[in-house]
Amino acid sequence: MSDSGAVPPVLDLRGVTRVFGTTTPIEALRRVDLRVGPGEYVSITGPSGSGKSTLLNILGLLDRPTEGTFLLDGIDTLDLSEGRRSALRGERIGFVFQSFHLLAHRSALENVVCALLYRRGDRRDRRRRAAEALDRVGLSHRLDAMPPTLSGGERQRVAIARALVGGPSLLLGDEPTGNLDSVTTAAILELFDELHREGLTLVVITHDADVSARAQRSVRMLDGVLCDTEASAPLAVGS
Amino acid sequence: MSDAPTGRRSSRSRFAVRDLIGESIAGLLSRPGRAALTAAGTVLGVAALVATVGLARTAGNQIVTRFDELSATDVTVERAQVNGRVVGSLPWDSERRLTRLNGVRAAGTITEVDRGGALTRSVPINDPAEGDEFDLSVYALSPGAFDAVRAKVAEGKVFDRSHDDLPVAVLGPGAADDLRITRVAQQPAIFIGDQTFVVIGVLDDVDRRSELLTTVMIPEAFARAQYGTPSPGSVQIDTKVGAAELIGRQAPLALAANNPDLVKVSVPGQPKAVKAKVEGDINALFLLLGGVSLLVGALGIANVTLVSVLERVGEIGLRRAVGAARRHIAGQFLVESTLLGFLGGVVGASVGMVVIVAVSLAKDWVPVLDLGIPLLAPLAGAVVGLASGVYPSLRAASIEPVEALRGGV
Repeated sequence: MSDSGAVPPVLDLRGVTRVFGTTTPIEALRRVDLRVGPGEYVSITGPSGSGKSTLLNILGLLDRPTEGTFLLDGIDTLDLSEGRRSALRGERIGFVFQSFHLLAHRSALENVVCALLYRRGDRRDRRRRAAEALDRVGLSHRLDAMPPTLSGGERQRVAIARALVGGPSLLLGDEPTGNLDSVTTAAILELFDELHREGLTLVVITHDADVSARAQRSVRMLDGVLCDTEASAPLAVGS
Repeated sequence: MSDAPTGRRSSRSRFAVRDLIGESIAGLLSRPGRAALTAAGTVLGVAALVATVGLARTAGNQIVTRFDELSATDVTVERAQVNGRVVGSLPWDSERRLTRLNGVRAAGTITEVDRGGALTRSVPINDPAEGDEFDLSVYALSPGAFDAVRAKVAEGKVFDRSHDDLPVAVLGPGAADDLRITRVAQQPAIFIGDQTFVVIGVLDDVDRRSELLTTVMIPEAFARAQYGTPSPGSVQIDTKVGAAELIGRQAPLALAANNPDLVKVSVPGQPKAVKAKVEGDINALFLLLGGVSLLVGALGIANVTLVSVLERVGEIGLRRAVGAARRHIAGQFLVESTLLGFLGGVVGASVGMVVIVAVSLAKDWVPVLDLGIPLLAPLAGAVVGLASGVYPSLRAASIEPVEALRGGV
């Protein structure tokens, strides 16, 4: 997998194109090249309809490119069966969504355990790891709380704990602060910074300039084309 | 390969059976009210099925035992007739000859006595204006005949061999009413023509030969001496259960060994055939009803599971995102609907059995239920749930996580 023993990039996309429809095909992504190394913190910005979500779906193994190659941790994902892609997704990618996607009738702990259900492990070990993950995001006192009793920020922390519990290679955020107020947003971004400092690879899709400004590197999507801007230069981000 | 992140091999996504069932139960428990209502259809269907099958068996059994036990043990022997003329004759010791046969519970002769038109009255005529005379039939019975017709005594007793030559009489309830005799302790006398008889018993009922209910019965030996009755008219036999056919074949030989054709034997029809037919008729109707109820229950589960799938699109998307394969999603919904069906089956079987017992109590029946039914019912419920869950599960599995996760929850 690895070239001459060097650690491969976490994400390695080459010439990724995604076409929707057959009669009047729409190119949602056009020849996207993107590499994200271990420990990088990358934001993807762009206006609505620019192809951000399509890119996120491909990065998250929820969708397949029409053309091009995509290696995750050096593993060519295009050759994998749907079942193996599911397993890879579960093991190596932690998702954080705008709308949290917590199971309303399950406790915070059980919501985090849910991310470990589709892999090997016994119940006690899963609960222990889930409790650790919740502790990591500062919710050790709310293990048994039900999502409706949690604040928006707490819910997103549960979702982040769920994303972290499996020890992923990549944390993939889709507008993770889109439903949060500015104070809570700042706290979540602070958590992302901490995770980044600990060496986690983060890719966050956002149209919030404040969020993208926190990233080490920001890339911009426009009409399905990716413009890579190195470093965290301030960007004028359209919405 | 080491265990470093880059060296991990991609493996197949898995979902342990225990976790699958755990998640399914949690899924059901998250909406317990809805789960209960959904299962209600199956509960009704299975309860209807169990109750109808059980009641059919119970009711069928009641019909059968009553009619069966009596008719299956009823053998009568009469004199043969040719062109309306009686040609044969029966021996006076028929009772003795027949009771020797294995399979005969009781036997006796029953013969109508030619009393020459004599009327019966209960008091000597002193004043013709007050006397009541009745045209009652008189039958000569051998003592065993009372047992053979399963006579129940209301008052006193029936005659036995010791009364053979005595002028005693037993009254059918109709005759006793006519003659206004209700008690026999004072040895009331009746008169048939000029002959006096002491009434020693009054019958309450007979299970066979209901003509005896309105007659005066006198000992056969006395009838022969008094009225010159030439030959027994018929022989009534009460056999052991299952022996009727055998006795039907043996009786002519026992009674008229030199010419068995001179007697005519009536044996009951095949009880099993009757029983099967009665049960079959009832079962077919009730099974149809139960089946329809179960079908309605299945549609209920399918419908609610489908609604549940559409409501839980976000959950499905999330599960896919954390590594669930399509088959795991399908499996979870399938197990949920199967569990619902199974629970419906358990509760339905219980309700059905309660109904059977309650109806049996009300009707004073003995409840009859195949042991297999309460065991099969939950299984049937589970199969219904499984079948109902197939389409919703496939729908759930086909949901694209991309679409599912886009919707807010």
